[in-house]
Formats: sequence, structure tokens, C-alpha cells
Amino acid sequence: MGELMSEHVVSTKVYIGIWAALMVLTAVTVGAAFIDLGAFNPVVALAIAAVKATLVVLFFMHIYYEHQRIVWAWVGAGFFWLIILLTLSLTDYGTRGFLGVAGR
Amino acid sequence: MATVTHAIETRNYLNSDYGLKSWLLTTDHKRIAILYLVTITAFFFIGGFFAMLIRLELLTPAGDLVQADTYNKLFTMHGIMMIFFFLIPSVPAVLGNFLVPMMVGAKDLAFPKINLLSWYLLVLGGLLTLFSIVAGGVDTGWTFYTPFSTTFSNTYVTGAALGIFVAGFSSILTGLNFIVTVHRMRAPGLTWGRLPLFIWANYATAIIQILGTPVLAITIVLVALERAFHIGIFDPNLGGDPLLFQHLFWFYSHPAVYIMILPSMGVISEIIPCFSRKRIFGYHFVALSSVAIAVFGFLVWAHHMFVAGMSVYAAIIFSFLSYSVAVPSAIKVFNWTSTMYRGSIYYHTPMLYALGFIGLFTIGGVTGLFLASLGMDVHVHDTYFVVAHFHYIMVGGAIMGYLGGLHFWWPKITGRMYPEAWGKIAAATVFVGFNLTFFPQFVVGYLGMPRRYYQYVSEYQVLNVLSTAGASILAVGYLIPMIYFLWSLRYGAPAPANPWNAVGLEWMTPSPPPTYNFETTPVVTWEAYDYRKMPAIEEAPVAR
Amino acid sequence: MHVSQATNTQHAAETEHVLLHHFGDLEQQRQSATLGMWVFLITEIMFFGGLFAGYMIYRLAFFNAFAAGSNTLDLRLGAINTAVLIASSLTMALAVHAAQIGARKKTVLYLLGTIVLGLVFLGIKVVEYADKFEHHHVPGQYFEFQEPVSLAHGEQAQGEHAQSRIDPRHAELFFGFYFAMTGMHALHMIIGVGILAVLTFLAWRGRYGPQYHTPVHNVGLYWHFVDIVWIFLFPLLYLISRHG
Repeated sequence: MGELMSEHVVSTKVYIGIWAALMVLTAVTVGAAFIDLGAFNPVVALAIAAVKATLVVLFFMHIYYEHQRIVWAWVGAGFFWLIILLTLSLTDYGTRGFLGVAGR
Repeated sequence: MATVTHAIETRNYLNSDYGLKSWLLTTDHKRIAILYLVTITAFFFIGGFFAMLIRLELLTPAGDLVQADTYNKLFTMHGIMMIFFFLIPSVPAVLGNFLVPMMVGAKDLAFPKINLLSWYLLVLGGLLTLFSIVAGGVDTGWTFYTPFSTTFSNTYVTGAALGIFVAGFSSILTGLNFIVTVHRMRAPGLTWGRLPLFIWANYATAIIQILGTPVLAITIVLVALERAFHIGIFDPNLGGDPLLFQHLFWFYSHPAVYIMILPSMGVISEIIPCFSRKRIFGYHFVALSSVAIAVFGFLVWAHHMFVAGMSVYAAIIFSFLSYSVAVPSAIKVFNWTSTMYRGSIYYHTPMLYALGFIGLFTIGGVTGLFLASLGMDVHVHDTYFVVAHFHYIMVGGAIMGYLGGLHFWWPKITGRMYPEAWGKIAAATVFVGFNLTFFPQFVVGYLGMPRRYYQYVSEYQVLNVLSTAGASILAVGYLIPMIYFLWSLRYGAPAPANPWNAVGLEWMTPSPPPTYNFETTPVVTWEAYDYRKMPAIEEAPVAR
Repeated sequence: MHVSQATNTQHAAETEHVLLHHFGDLEQQRQSATLGMWVFLITEIMFFGGLFAGYMIYRLAFFNAFAAGSNTLDLRLGAINTAVLIASSLTMALAVHAAQIGARKKTVLYLLGTIVLGLVFLGIKVVEYADKFEHHHVPGQYFEFQEPVSLAHGEQAQGEHAQSRIDPRHAELFFGFYFAMTGMHALHMIIGVGILAVLTFLAWRGRYGPQYHTPVHNVGLYWHFVDIVWIFLFPLLYLISRHG
């Protein structure tokens, strides 16, 4: 018969294309690890990982086709909250010892 | 109308089915709310028992009732039971479970079976923690600071921690249920701008439950791993940082205090308009301030760590952020008082609790600002000033909101009126007892009495005796409603559908409601809190 | 490609069978289930997030020790596992697709494929863990860490910072996080494989079709999330300072 009115059926070609992209990006991230980029190595690695994660979220997990906008809001909130945890913790760890006084 | 007799609806959610199985396997959100009510009351007694022992010990400056190690266990277990097994579930799991579907015009929550699972998880977590208590107790403080909890404590840390872990999932699932229910199951016409503020408050609470509790969960896992396998993530001997534990712990545990207060604020937002016969002042400000508290509450956690050894620059940032989180709370207090201005005030028991809440929460909140100030905090950190601050909010605020809500909705939940005169007496007793217990603690803390010590210098004794006397009065104040609530189940006057002539979908059902809540899904065409159209509150029906 | 043609009465029966009493219609039920699963996944983000935060802090503090620890991990096995998991996400997505169009046999096959790939991943993880046990890299009583010879190359890459000694205690912290993070991930995969097994059985029994396949879709969301966690774990744990 057909799918429910509001649910989009994604073509298998899209899935295979995304899978191919993910494999390529995996190869790139392994290759980049062997190049000395100094402080940028982790940045590049995390950036590539973020791109891969975005592809999985958008297409494998259907966010690209998702009607419920509140889902986007919650997904955004989840990642944003992780950023809060990481950055505000870093305000402590990144500035310890600046004062030159023990324990501060 | 002094005597009003309404037959209790013959078929309602309480008598629709009989037997233990029909309660233990129910998926009806109203029955689950009752299960929670019984469970958390039991946990409250346990936590209260430890409080009684603490206050008895502190009657005298010497440590003469219990040993120091035992005292450590007393305040630890008091904190764990009260926070995780009473306060965090209280309003959401009892009043929220009962009312959220009704207030949005739904037949149940989005996931009724998960709701039941939530309750079982709380019970399981409670049993695990109780086992740890009975087997010998935990002495780390409810805050489980490392490396004491991970390396040195020889008490049942892992057991208690696992109990809290399981209870955390109960909390997460409740929040998840509320979020999906509010998004997807509102009745036609019930826009976000028409939702009761109780719903807004529980939604904001759910945000915190979803985003914060998992961090506590992983922190507990790490503590358990470190105790079991000595992997040493928080162990300074390995280069680990004990403060990492504190960062992860307080990332949840600070927002957790907003889990405890926001739902009670939602209750107050329902009671004040009803007993002022007036629309809430600044509906949108109150609604959005709930969300603002939930969001800002995540940005301030390290104010618990000012003297722990963190960077002073980070401390400045967190101190500044901590001041900002007071703003939405203050907005609420201004809006509640503005609602009462030129209203037609009734002093029924729920209103007495709400008025008490406003005053006591304000004191507690303002003293929080004292603590947010770095210089002041150095002086009063780890003293009874802090203890008084958070009890003003948790007990003077959250518990009074819970009690006010229980009284307000008791007729709806049980179909019976509680005895109004005794309600007022109990409310006054609680108010007097509470202030006598905790106001001296501000003074004695400022004078320098440390917390979590079983002995103190003799100069502090008078204030401590006052505090213990107050605690005994407070205990009486809590016992009285337990007695008359139980009494009312048999002898209370049958309650009409809307004894307070309140506005809200839940008041448009019989008391108690049928299992399916509404004959037909209501269509909402009115704004929230439209009290202009409502008649005055009648005299409460006289008990048979 | 055979799309099952069900009659109207069959659909009506399926709807009656699956519509829960507190929902108004199937669409509301489906959207609720999907939103609920997403909110649950957000809790999982914060759950793993705590581990990521701790890892990040220590890696910044003890970079050299963490690099040394990372270099003892088998990069080939890690990369193969990454490919295996990504492939399992593909089979999972194809399983959802098959359920959407009512291809029952394909649904079962793709779900089985996902399970098999998941088990391959776990098998490789067992091999990796066994290697760590052999080398005494498990934190705790028996932990031992010798600075690997290959780090001599790292010295040149690091410039003036002479890598005289790696503090083995800091390396132990690395392995603590390695086991905590990959172990927690593996636990989620084991649970996922278990749920997939149930799902496969129900799919084989014809429970899912175009009108109702929400569980397949939502288990898929969970599985993709577990994949995403690994997508971040792999570079963070395996790819520190591999150059030189």
C-alpha cells in the first residue's frame, strides 16, 4: 500500500551514497593522523568525526526529513549541553595556576 | 452552603478494579501517582528519622549520642534519602503524574508502561540504598567527594551509589514521559500560551532531568569502577584530579536543586490565582522564567567548589553566572505578589502554604546570593549558613509547595475534603516549627559553626537547642496532615468536582476522576486562569 | 522487489491491533514514539559526554602519556571496526526501508546482517581487550607500562620537548578511560544486539509493515547513535600522535 502520509521513504541509493561517504571520510581521518599538523591534528580529527556524525544524524536517522521540529531542537540541545559541560569545565582547567598561588 | 453532599462518582479510577495486582500492574497515571505518594512518604519517614538523630546529637556541644563515624553516616543518609528518594520525585511523580495528562486533556501520559517502570525503578533504587543503610551505612556525605569515597571509605558506597543510579533512571523516564506528553498530547485549542503554569514548570523540570541526570549516572559508574578496580580516575596518586569528580557531580547536582524547586513553583502558580480569584500577573514571564531557570541552572555548578582548589578565574565566571540565575526566580516572586494585589484573597490551607513558600523561598534564595559572592563564601562555606540556605529552599520552599499542592488537589485525587481547620493548624505549626529550626542555623553558621560535625563549641548551644526544639514542632506539623489525610479517606466530606471553583481542565472532571479522565476529548477555547468568569469559593463542605 | 499488497480489512485489523487506547491516531502514536526515542538518545549523549569531558581534561594535562598509550592500540583493528560499524548502520537503515515498503524477508535479512556485523565488532573488541590484558595495560593492581621504543620518532616530531619519561601513572589514566569508554560503548552494543534479536524475530513473524514499523525505526535510531559514539571514540582514542 503506502507509507503513512507524513513519513518519507528514503531511497536506498541515498543510504548507499552516505555509507560510501562515511567510508571515504574514515580513510581520510586515518590518513590525516599520519601527517604532522601539530596542534591541528585533533582539530582535524574531530572535525571529520563531526561531519561523519552529521551525515549519520541527517540521513541514517532521518533528521533531514523529520517533520517534528521539536526533534531538531532536542538534538541541538543535546550537543549544546555537551559543549556547556566541556567549555565551562575548561574555564577551570585552562586557567589553573595563572595566579601563581598554590591551590588557585 | 454549609453542607453539600455530592455522591462520589460510582465508577472512578480508585474503584474501577480491585486487588493488589490491579495496583502493582496498573498503567493508569493516577494510580501510579498514588503508588509514588505512598513510596516517597515512606522514604520521607526514613530521612526524617536520620534528621531526628542529627538534631538530638546537636542538643549538646559534646559528641555524646553517637560516635563521629556514626554521625557521618547519619547526615549522609539523611541527605541521600531526602534528596534522591523524596524531594526529586515528590511533586513531579505524585502531583505531576496525576495532573499532567488531565491538565492537557489527555487520557494518560504518552508512555503509560514506562511510567510504571519509573515507579519500580524508584522502589528498586530505594531498596538498594536501604540495603546499604541497613548493612552498615554510608559516611561520605550525600556528595560522595573523592578520594574519600573512592579510596578510603570502608562503608557501602557502591551499594548506595547504585541505588541512586537506578533512581536516576526513574527520574529520567518521568521527564521523558512529560516532554512527549506535553508536545504531542495536548487537547485541541490548548496552545502553549494557554497551558497551566504547572505544566510549564514540569516541562522545564523535565529538561533538567533529561540533560543533567545522565551525567550523575556516569559519575556514579566511574566511582564504582574506581572502588572496584582501582582505575584511579579521581585518584591524586595517579595524577587524577578529585575536582574532576566535583565538576561532574555538581554539573547534575546543581540543576537537581532546580528539579526540586521548579515543580513546587508550578504548584504555587496554580494556587495563588485561585485563592486571589485573579488571573496570574505576567503569565508569559512566569512561563519563560521556568525555562530560563532550567537553562541557567546548568551554568553555575562550580559555585559549590569555590574553596575546593579550582582556578580563581573560573570562580569569578561561575560567581557572575550564579547571580544571573536568581533573576528568573525573582521574576516569579514579583509576579505572584502582583497577582495577589487587588485580588480577593482566601486563606484556605493551600494558600497558607503558598504564602509561606513565597516568604521562605525569598529568604532562601537571597541567602543563595550571599553564597554566590566569592568573598562571603570563603567565610561561610561548609558552615551551617549553607545548611540553613538550602533548607529554606528545600523545606521552606519545595516541601511547602508540595504540601500546598497535596491539599489543593486532594479533593480531586481522593474525592474527599480534608478538614480545613486542622489544615490551617498544621500549616501554622509547620511554618513556626520550620523557622525555629532553621533561622538559628543562619546565625550559628555565620558565627562559624561548621556543618557535618557532631560536636561544636559551647557558645553555639543555645541556638542549637532552639533549632532542635523547632525540629520537633516541625515534625508535629508534618504528622498532623498525615493523620487527617488518612482520616479523610474514610470520614472526609465527599468532594465536588470543583471545590475551589478553580480554572483548569482537571477541575472539569468528577472527583475522583474516571480512569479515562474525559468522556470526550475537550476542546479548549479559553485562556488560562480566567478567574473573572468564576464564582467565589463557597464554604468548604462540612465533614460528616 | 515485491511489495506486499494488504487488503483494507487487513490494514484495519493491523491498526486496531496496534493503536494504543490513549492515542487519537497512529500518526500521533508514531510521532510520540519517535520523539521519545530521540529524547532518550539525548540522555545518552550526556551520559557519554561525562566520559568525554573527563578524557578531554586529562588528555590536555598529560598529552605525552596519552599519546604513548594510544600508540599501543591496534590501529588496523580499530579502523576495521569503524568500517564494520558503519556498514552495520547501512544494513540497519536498509532494514527500516524494507519495513517501510513491506518487504518482510528483506527486513529480516538486513536486521540479521546488522546483528552479524555487531557481533563481528564485539569479537574484534574481545581480541583487542585480550591483547591489553596480555600486556598488563589494564588499570589496577597489575598495571605495567613501558615506554614504547617507537616514541623515539615522536621526539623529533615534538620538537624541543624532550620525551625523557612517560609517567606510567598517567598512561594508566589513559587506559582507565579507554576501558571505561569502549566498555560502556560495547555494553550499549550488546544491549542493542539483544534488542535487534527480538526485533528480527518479530519481523519474521510479520509484525511490521508499511502501516506500522515504528519499533524498527526507533531501534534503528538507537543503533545509529551507538555508531556515532564510536565515530568519535575512534579518532580520540586511536589516532593521537600517530605521525612521525
